Amino acid sequence: MPLRPFLIWLALVVAIVGPLAIAASSPLLAWRQPVYIIGGFAGVCGLAMLLLQPLLASGRLPGLTLPVSRRIHRFLGALLVAVVIVHVAGLWVTSPPDVIDALTFASPTPFSAWGVIAMWTIFLTGLIAALRRRLRLSPRQWQWIHMALAVVIVVSTIVHALLIDGTMGTLSKAMLCALVAGSALWVMIDMKRRRSGKRRSR
Amino acid sequence: MTPYRPTRRALVLTGAAAAAAVTTGGGLVTPARAAGVAPTPSMRGGANNYLPGAPIVERIGGGGFWMSGTVRRAGDGAPLEGVRIQIWAHTTEGHERDPHSHGATLTRADGAFRLEMPQIIPAFGQAHGHLAYDDPAFETVFLRPVMSSPNDTSLSADFVLKPA
Repeated sequence: MPLRPFLIWLALVVAIVGPLAIAASSPLLAWRQPVYIIGGFAGVCGLAMLLLQPLLASGRLPGLTLPVSRRIHRFLGALLVAVVIVHVAGLWVTSPPDVIDALTFASPTPFSAWGVIAMWTIFLTGLIAALRRRLRLSPRQWQWIHMALAVVIVVSTIVHALLIDGTMGTLSKAMLCALVAGSALWVMIDMKRRRSGKRRSR
Repeated sequence: MTPYRPTRRALVLTGAAAAAAVTTGGGLVTPARAAGVAPTPSMRGGANNYLPGAPIVERIGGGGFWMSGTVRRAGDGAPLEGVRIQIWAHTTEGHERDPHSHGATLTRADGAFRLEMPQIIPAFGQAHGHLAYDDPAFETVFLRPVMSSPNDTSLSADFVLKPA
């Protein structure tokens, strides 16, 4: 494997495994029941998946062709919906009234409102992705809709994560959030550049 | 002396400061004039995982953390003695829903209360405690104070109760 692709993949693995490992060694876990631990971890995994999603959508990751990359992107998208359900279900079992407050936007904690916004936007994205053919969306239309929804998902998830005092380490969480925002932004700029390049060459 | 030439930022800041002064000033003055000491409203989420009838205890579990506060009467602000305050939280010894995480204490003659309990740890995003006044004499109030740091070893909350 040439050096550059190797370094890119290594950086990705470190960026994801690092924060996960720190969260897995949090002292808070000692005082939590298994359901709460699983629920919290599902959230951490969901955040980490948001780092991969834009990169996979762009097809710029070394060693992956665009079709393969997009297929993994779709699979991870479906997995993200599942992970969010596990996250919310785990919290629900741990403390139903707190989750009801969050879902009805009546919670005293602002982070939960951001989490609920991210949740519904992820569900909506999954729904539109599944119905894309039936809705007869052109690739161009779908790309715009998906990008707009993705911006909401990324921003609300990052705010949600940063406001939480939980198992993730403060620094590793901030770094992962910065990478998630950076990768989404870079891919959007990259796609725009490629599209305008295509138009010019026509 | 150079003439005062405000930048746009200075103007915005001054305007914001003036607006803040007006709002906070108004907020402080009005209730005092209207009804003496205003009753404490329940906080959002304050009643979550409440188990009515927590027993009066010397201490919840092994202790090490102090929950304190005062209870006064609305209007004249007189301290209330012998009022039962119920307390619960997610601690090193149990979840909010566990009965052994709940306990109650009575206020002293000066209206103050103080109950030792296990260390509160962050749950649902922030380290917080729950307190309730839920007896017939006054209207029920649920509080949910948040710790400024999860390393704090004490937390306080004050009640102003309105006769039922």
